[in-house]
Amino acid sequence: MHELLLQFDWLLLIEKSVLILIIISVSLVIAMYETYAERKVAAVMQDRRGPNRAGPFGLLQPLADGLKLFMKEEIIPASSNRLLFILGPGLAMLTAMMTSAVIPWSSHIEIGGKTIHLQIADVNIGILYIFGVVSMGVYGVMIGGWASNNKFSLMAALRGASQIISYELAMGLSIIALLMMTGSLSLKTIVEQQQAPGALYNFFYQPLGFLIFLVCAFAECNRTPFDLSEADSELNMGFHQEYSSMKLGFYLFAEYINVFISSAVMSTLYFGGYDIPFVNDAALGQHIGQNWLASLEALSLIVKVVAFIFFFMWVRWTVPRFRYDQLMNLGWKVMIPLALANMLGTGFFILLRGH
Amino acid sequence: MQALTNRVKVVERKPMTFMERTYLPGIFKGMMITFGHMFKKKPTVNYPEKTRPFSAVFRGLHVLNRDEEGRERCTACGLCAVACPAEAITMEAAERLPGEEKLYREEKYAVKYEINMLRCIFCGLCEEACPKDAIYLSETFAPSNFTRKGFIYGKEELLIPDPVMEPEAYAKARGEHVVKTSDPAAK
Repeated sequence: MHELLLQFDWLLLIEKSVLILIIISVSLVIAMYETYAERKVAAVMQDRRGPNRAGPFGLLQPLADGLKLFMKEEIIPASSNRLLFILGPGLAMLTAMMTSAVIPWSSHIEIGGKTIHLQIADVNIGILYIFGVVSMGVYGVMIGGWASNNKFSLMAALRGASQIISYELAMGLSIIALLMMTGSLSLKTIVEQQQAPGALYNFFYQPLGFLIFLVCAFAECNRTPFDLSEADSELNMGFHQEYSSMKLGFYLFAEYINVFISSAVMSTLYFGGYDIPFVNDAALGQHIGQNWLASLEALSLIVKVVAFIFFFMWVRWTVPRFRYDQLMNLGWKVMIPLALANMLGTGFFILLRGH
Repeated sequence: MQALTNRVKVVERKPMTFMERTYLPGIFKGMMITFGHMFKKKPTVNYPEKTRPFSAVFRGLHVLNRDEEGRERCTACGLCAVACPAEAITMEAAERLPGEEKLYREEKYAVKYEINMLRCIFCGLCEEACPKDAIYLSETFAPSNFTRKGFIYGKEELLIPDPVMEPEAYAKARGEHVVKTSDPAAK
């Protein structure tokens, strides 16, 4: 028994636990400040000022909002299914947090002669893992809407579920074209290929694929113009209409974490991940040391992610919501054929170049 | 049919071109518009840190005035209460006792002076009626309170700070107000 315990790599366990803790708290903090950024971006685009009362520039606003949500009375409708009602937001939050496990946040750091990879798990099917977890996210919406025992909620949940499932197909097809190029499903490998000297970011090889992926990512995150599952003007608040207090907060938070994660995935797949643009990372690393390089690379990824998050918000406050039939037409009749054509075209070019 | 005005704009119903059907140029155009709005000057005035400048004749909350030596001007003649169309003003007069010359300018003063701010219509007739320039309408506004009783302002709320003892508070309370009477003592 003792030998068994000693054989186990306890240091790895501690390392990974710390990493998980850091990444989850970072995603929560980023999600918190996304709510702030969303309101601020909305405000400046509408010639308003946005939240500026709590703290300097309103920076404490998310804390105030969080406190408010915690303090609110929690109402579970009498006619709802209690277990599922509680399970819904938990599931939404869980799946949103799980996705971050395979994203490489930076190369690696060296502490006391030990190399620590700044990625929770370098799974060799990283992209499949992300897809699997993201499609679990639809259960959060579906269960929440169903358990509320409210017609509007149910309608919104159905819309949300069908939307996510439809756009997942096009998303998967657009990714296949990318994977044919990279030949690997591991996100770390994909980033390293883009990082290699002389290599361009995947975006330049797959602009159409990126566009499809981007549109589908909007749909997957239930963001405007695809926010049919919470269309305020049609369904009041959609699937989380009956929710209050922190359960509502969980749904809103999950949405923002999803935005953060999909931004990270898009930067990783198409924009070189943690690669510092215009710089040969390996050469820079020899110059300033691996630990500094890793921090710079993490910063570079964060900058890319923040740019994407801003883009999400920018689109939200520009483009109006689709009608349901328009949404389905776009998904099935435009996105999927385009993704298929992109896949075939990519295959053709790969054959032509003899890879 | 003949056009009734020359402002008719004929809508072209041509089928959309390929680029238009992708909607991407349209979305791009829209996004440029929203992006441009980020750098526009915001029309918001950051109230209450900043307030809009008032006109010189703005009629806000009332102030009971003092003279240069800090004595109350009001003699409780009751003309303001008579002039008030909303009957918002009540007062009680008292005689000045020996030794109170520093507090009150005349031999008679208002021991109680109340304005019900919920009744007041801020017409400024009390200011016009006052022969002693004892009351005027300031630039302060938007009072808030938890009870209706709180809106009945007594002398503590209405009286201007002493110009001798607290000149800064006095100047702030006085504001940019223009004295509209011909009383040379008030100027």
